[in-house]
Amino acid sequence: METLQDTATKKATTSSPTFKGSGSQMLLNALIEEGVSTVFGYPGGAIMPIYDALYDYADKLEHILVRHEQGGIHAAQGYARTSGRVGVCFATSGPGATNLVTGLADAQIDSTPLVCITGQVFAHLLGTDAFQETDVINITTPVTKWNYQITDAKEIPEVLAKAFYIAKSGRPGPVLIDITKNAQLQVEEFEAYVKCNHIRSYRPKPKVRVEFIEEAAKLINSAQKPFVLFGQGVILGNAEQEFKAFIEKTGIPAAWTIMGEGAIPTDHPLNVGMLGMHGNYGPNVLTNEADVIIAIGMRFDDRVTGRLDKYAKQAKIVHLDIDPAEIDKNVKAEVGVWGDCKETLPILTNLVKENKHEAWVALFRDYNQQEIDQVITPELYPSGEEMTMGEVLRTLNELTGGDAVIVTDVGQHQMVACRYAKFNKTRSNVTSGGLGTMGFGLPAAIGAKYGAPERTVVAIIGDGGFQMTPQELGTIMQFGAAVKILILNNQFLGMVRQWQQLFHDKRYSFVNITSPDFVALAKSYYIEASKVDQRAELRKALETMINHEGSYLLEVMVGKENNVFPMVPQGCSVSEIRLK
Amino acid sequence: MERTLDNPFSKISPQGRNDDKKRTMSNDTIKHIESQPDYEGKQDFTITVYAEDRVGLLNRISIIFSKRKINIDSLNTSPSEIAGIHRFTILINESHEVVRKLARQIEKQVEVLKVYFNTDSEVIWQELALYKVSTEEITEKVTVERLLRQYGATAVVIRKDYTVFSVTGHKEETDALVKALEPYELIEFVRSARVAIIKDSAGFHEKLKEFEADEPGEERIENEFLDKGDKIFTM
Repeated sequence: METLQDTATKKATTSSPTFKGSGSQMLLNALIEEGVSTVFGYPGGAIMPIYDALYDYADKLEHILVRHEQGGIHAAQGYARTSGRVGVCFATSGPGATNLVTGLADAQIDSTPLVCITGQVFAHLLGTDAFQETDVINITTPVTKWNYQITDAKEIPEVLAKAFYIAKSGRPGPVLIDITKNAQLQVEEFEAYVKCNHIRSYRPKPKVRVEFIEEAAKLINSAQKPFVLFGQGVILGNAEQEFKAFIEKTGIPAAWTIMGEGAIPTDHPLNVGMLGMHGNYGPNVLTNEADVIIAIGMRFDDRVTGRLDKYAKQAKIVHLDIDPAEIDKNVKAEVGVWGDCKETLPILTNLVKENKHEAWVALFRDYNQQEIDQVITPELYPSGEEMTMGEVLRTLNELTGGDAVIVTDVGQHQMVACRYAKFNKTRSNVTSGGLGTMGFGLPAAIGAKYGAPERTVVAIIGDGGFQMTPQELGTIMQFGAAVKILILNNQFLGMVRQWQQLFHDKRYSFVNITSPDFVALAKSYYIEASKVDQRAELRKALETMINHEGSYLLEVMVGKENNVFPMVPQGCSVSEIRLK
Repeated sequence: MERTLDNPFSKISPQGRNDDKKRTMSNDTIKHIESQPDYEGKQDFTITVYAEDRVGLLNRISIIFSKRKINIDSLNTSPSEIAGIHRFTILINESHEVVRKLARQIEKQVEVLKVYFNTDSEVIWQELALYKVSTEEITEKVTVERLLRQYGATAVVIRKDYTVFSVTGHKEETDALVKALEPYELIEFVRSARVAIIKDSAGFHEKLKEFEADEPGEERIENEFLDKGDKIFTM
């Protein structure tokens, strides 16, 4: 006699219109229908039926067993960021689900498309404080784009279809689906899976209205000192080419938020650098001199704007965004263009005049030269004995040529990496921009490697951040993601120390962090590793790391009390940026 | 009572005060109106949300306020003119700028169809209040009876031991009756949330058709930042 699982597998492969099986099998079929091939997860009591079904899907779904659910969701984020697809992770109820919260918040603020599946206690136990019961729907409501609890297996196909549609359309974001154990076990006859492309209450993007783009074009055409600020929206909208065409036709200098980095190559002549607190000198100062600012797929975060009442007051703002709640949220727009920049940018490019703005672009170069002299050269080619983070990045650039995916954690090394890493390709910079999640780097790098298996993935992590999620070395050990881990160790929680130095009279309160022997730690996970503390060995060590076949950990000892500059101190205007 | 008046308590239309209305109010009420604080451009806004009827959506909407430490003055959930579509009526006292941002955040939620926000002059609204008083008190004291008549109260239940009155009206009116009843043993008092009808609205039937269309039609596209001056919040 045919077992239920045999039926399920057969039906799934022949994709017959109806399918009889458990809710768990239906869930996995739905994932396959949505093109999911990799899942990051961790089993537990309330999600066991799904894991039981997964046992028979090993040839279709690759499941990566992480070491902590937070690692699982960060890996799914890294996967989504490099692949452009929806990241998927599994977790059980209770602590499994609550461990996802940091990742959900991170994905929500950085618009990362995720579908997270959590197990839940039997429906009849809901509200009884059952073992590992947590109100995950209410806990995750503020940090999800959408969430839903399934208590009846019949809902699974439709809800999963909605989940994927919502996660990836419009402004992407995380979706959490909580499935009670009875629904996972329930056997049903399911209709053929139908993908979702319309929800009546949800408008992921509007139909483009040309009249407003015309207004924007008029402003841009009359501008003497136009300035483009771009964010991750360009990448999420797959509009890199459209964006490049726009700035090249108009000759407008363009600066990026850290989430937008890499949408155009680092060495593009109109790429004038990074915005915000630790961004480049010119883009910050000249924000307050531009007459028209064109913001594309960015949201004027406080780290970008500094003091708002002194931010670009002289400029007329054109704001292109897919999320209408972002337009006029922090900075008032003269013209708001609500829409998908993949659609709006070509129309705008058509309407704008060709231009060069040579003198204006040259002004950015002048400021850049000052920054090179005072900040960049000393950072990249230090004369002191201690190594700087900047010179590690410079050497890494020389070795990778800018083709690597750079994943960072959070802190000084993150700012240095964003400032100095070279990018040739889009979807290469994976960083926790909005939430600033320490511990993001290592698990996100694992996911990034699965999302871009053919590319070199370098995880740049501080000594503090690495100690937040080092358990994911176990995931690398077991599944072999060839991630290059570069620990920049300054023996401090460097960014907090920098602030304590500059703003708290050097009262170093609990920033002095000690580390284990990272090399021995990696080796205990059978990961090749080494450590350098001499400049003379740096290049060779980085070369060894890059060329090593599998994963590799390199610890580089850098100066203890180096600061990241330039810096816009909190409460200051972007034009008050300090070079030292 | 005439209910199509502009709200006399609205900061932006003090000239909208109506003499007829004034006459029906006690001196206390008038004083109360005139001492309404006017700070930071805050005023009452009625937010009307058309949404799918789903478990948890109320929480998703209410946390948009609590996240910003904004208090909701009253919140009503009810069916709307369309079966299956829920209507939330939320009353808050905030500046136009804050309310606009809140409305956009609410409308962004996947299961919310549409959000409108209006000042008091743009809506017709009612609240229902119930008052439980001692029957002995009201039968013995003529002034109470006069008060009740003056405030347009109707008796809902009359028992030997107590009587329940109801008043439908604006907060200031129902509040004024509370004050007036205080000396006469007001046993219980409760007031419902505001429910409001938008003067300019043609209802949601046509809108829903646009929302349900697979391909968005031209008329479905609304864009508030682009259509500046439109007083009703739309996306």
